[in-house]
Amino acid sequence: MSLLSDTTLPATPAAIPTPAQPPDKAPVPDHLQLVVVGHVDHGKSTLIGRLLFDTHSVPDGKAERIEAACKAEGMEFEYAFLMDALLEEQAQNITMDTTRVPFSTERRSFTIIDAPGHKEFLKNMITGAASADAAVLLVDAFEGLREQSRRHCFLLSLLGLRQIVVAVNKMDLVGYKPEVFEAIRTELSAFLAKLGVEPAHFVPISAKHGEGLLKHSDKMPWYRGPTLVESLEKFRATPPASGGPLRLSVQDVYRFDARRIIAGLVESGSVSVGDQIEFVPGGKRSRVKGIETWPQTNPPPRGPVGAGSEVAITLEDELFVERGQIGAPPSDKPYEARTFTARVFWIHDTPLRSGELIPLKLGTQQAEARVLGIQRTLDAITLESGTGTTGEVKVHEVAEIRLRVRKPIAFDVGGKVPALGRFVLMRGRRIGGGGVIDSVVDEPTVTSGINPVSRSAILGHRGCIVWMTGLSGSGKSTLAQALEQRLLSSGILSAILDGDVLRTGLSRNLGFTPDDRSENLRRATELAIHLADAGVVVLAALISPFRADRALAAERAKERGVPFAEVFINAPLAECERRDPKQLYKRARAGQIPQFTGIDSPYEAPLAPDLEIRTDRQSVAESVEALTEMALGLARPSEQTGSGSHI
Amino acid sequence: MTHLDELESQSIYLMREAYHGFQKPAMLWSMGKDSNVLLWLAKKAFCGHMPFPIVHIDTTYEFPEMLEFRSWAQKHYGFELTVWINKEARARGIGYETTDPVTVTHELKTVALQQCLAANGYDALITGIRRDEDSTRAKERYFSPRNAEFEWDYKDQPPEFWNHFTTESGPGEHVRVQPLLDWTEIDIWRYLDREKVPLPGMYFSRNGERYRSLGCMPISRPVKSDAKTIDDIIEELKVTKVSERAGRAQDHHERNAMQKLRAKGFM
Repeated sequence: MSLLSDTTLPATPAAIPTPAQPPDKAPVPDHLQLVVVGHVDHGKSTLIGRLLFDTHSVPDGKAERIEAACKAEGMEFEYAFLMDALLEEQAQNITMDTTRVPFSTERRSFTIIDAPGHKEFLKNMITGAASADAAVLLVDAFEGLREQSRRHCFLLSLLGLRQIVVAVNKMDLVGYKPEVFEAIRTELSAFLAKLGVEPAHFVPISAKHGEGLLKHSDKMPWYRGPTLVESLEKFRATPPASGGPLRLSVQDVYRFDARRIIAGLVESGSVSVGDQIEFVPGGKRSRVKGIETWPQTNPPPRGPVGAGSEVAITLEDELFVERGQIGAPPSDKPYEARTFTARVFWIHDTPLRSGELIPLKLGTQQAEARVLGIQRTLDAITLESGTGTTGEVKVHEVAEIRLRVRKPIAFDVGGKVPALGRFVLMRGRRIGGGGVIDSVVDEPTVTSGINPVSRSAILGHRGCIVWMTGLSGSGKSTLAQALEQRLLSSGILSAILDGDVLRTGLSRNLGFTPDDRSENLRRATELAIHLADAGVVVLAALISPFRADRALAAERAKERGVPFAEVFINAPLAECERRDPKQLYKRARAGQIPQFTGIDSPYEAPLAPDLEIRTDRQSVAESVEALTEMALGLARPSEQTGSGSHI
Repeated sequence: MTHLDELESQSIYLMREAYHGFQKPAMLWSMGKDSNVLLWLAKKAFCGHMPFPIVHIDTTYEFPEMLEFRSWAQKHYGFELTVWINKEARARGIGYETTDPVTVTHELKTVALQQCLAANGYDALITGIRRDEDSTRAKERYFSPRNAEFEWDYKDQPPEFWNHFTTESGPGEHVRVQPLLDWTEIDIWRYLDREKVPLPGMYFSRNGERYRSLGCMPISRPVKSDAKTIDDIIEELKVTKVSERAGRAQDHHERNAMQKLRAKGFM
């Protein structure tokens, strides 16, 4: 008896289509990672199955087994099953997760990353697409552009994929008519142009019938462009960023023996023995003493070790270097900062909320980041920007946000070194979303000059202004009082500048016309600056409904060298009206208070607050925590920035 | 950088992340070709050191020649070797003589591994699986969590991109770290050739046959081949259309056997 009888492969049955040409060997070493994206049911698995089959990349047993399975179900030979090997997929006809399959043509080798089209599996698509060099966007000629096609286009652009070919599939279902193809091309080109993406080609195909994949289709003589495979062969594998300055992401420091070995990844540039390297953040410098390898060579290597390589080096000086630091030439270092703006995509069910503290990973660095504000969310379908601010980014949404990390981190912006300009935000053990840094936000710097310093020497902190704006009843006074308590208990001298109090004293001669409101705020601003100058942390709790007035306040503070932060105390009008602590809304509705903000006078929400608090969603404790951190950052910047363990 | 250089760097990056991220990682080793590439890469990643134990799950159906290689390699590389046998299952009479290969694989490999993990408290296992071996392996992550029951939740895998992975596990759980996922069978051979990595002789043709994939003695079948050198093997692989694991009986014992085995914790 043989245990192996069931592994015996059947002879090729006649029902399986025979690939046309014999396999060719020796593809060029240039290897392309390719992602196939598109709407569910637009034929991805069929396309991939067909590509594998027609390029002779299918192991013998597989096609036979699928043939037998299809026969048992009374179906035609199904190319999609070559990919969809898991039980559930065969039942539902849906690809569940990212799959990587190699195939080769005469000219090059490929790895296909198949990303699913189901909306809830977006995270898998991103997992796949983030490592791809090029993308095939599949569109069904019969159904046209769908929500998912557009969403995938948007994410491909955010992930930085620029080599895209559009395959208009199922041309057989529309009688191979050029008009259908042209209509899709026109619509999709316009959409992609808004994203700054120009596809290399639009190719009409029928994956099921193998038309337009490897050979020109005689069903579509009107099409003169390259076949799908020809267009893929022309793409370039993304070269590592070898041209730029050195960026060495430190993974670990090994002390297995007497040597202190710094191990990490060369993200860009190159490293050689003798190079001077500065480790950022921190700023310690030394020269490369040696490059460690196993097996050891004689003579030992001196470099250069280029981008994309793992490396292990020793230094001439005994520096305390640790994971997360980035080695760079002193003349061309990455930014070292705490606050920046970024575009993020969110793939976790629990939304990213304004004001929350969340772990951030960039390269091998890890830091806690505060979401200072969510400036606008972008609709990935229409590409329209949302207006104003919003409290959260929900799953599958894209937004522009402002982040502040607790300790300075090193990064590059503007695509200088892409790997160090992007980060992920962690939700528990999982990646909740990813982002690309757009710009560094200038932070109030310590003026090392004259009088504020001597005052801060006495007080242990410096003066600043935390400007809290929001509707009446949004919670400004409540939070200001709680914040004051917190700061006092931390030994910080603070004072509340409350709108109601001002109105009964300093501004008692003013009314509520726009001009009078502006004058009221001008007085408040000047008073706040004087107090801050004297070393007080001023908590200004003022409705301050107009952007222009707030901008003026910020500008004046800047002129006088006073740190200033705008905090949006945000709650929906309905919620404020429900709270109505002073019964003002009730009276305004009754016509007793004219020009009441929110009722018959507008409130202009901040477009880019330094911090946003959603008092309808965040607890007082949570809100005060975020506010305290913000205020401490302004009042004791050196302590905050020095809190990292890297010094 | 050549494609092999890229693969090598990526694997070393993943190993270094695993070593940094986990309290008590271990590396699985079957003495097979992929396993030996894994050893080689670990030596490179840690500059000649092997900072975690190497685990061999011994089914007691090992080829004697592989066991010889095991002793030789341990001395040659110098590492801490943990050999684990599911003695309880063997005592119950579980074996290829009496039981179907899927059950035997589960008991003598997966359950044995479970026992070994529980006894040693490893929180990460570095394995040598590759995506091109099998369609369920194709769906794997570089860092792939397993719950305390060893189950793989392939329907809800954590996202991983931009070199960020799952580097935490809860009590009793562990993470499979899979540095060779992107390698193909030909890549492995080209790398073995380039680096002159020591290998068991059974991969090369003797009397017109060689082993393409090595597992337990009773269920590993040689293929007809005259490939006596790595060059011969690479030429053979360029034209073959027989899948690599075709000679591994447990994969084909029943429909979706591999998926069932893997969902329960097999490599």
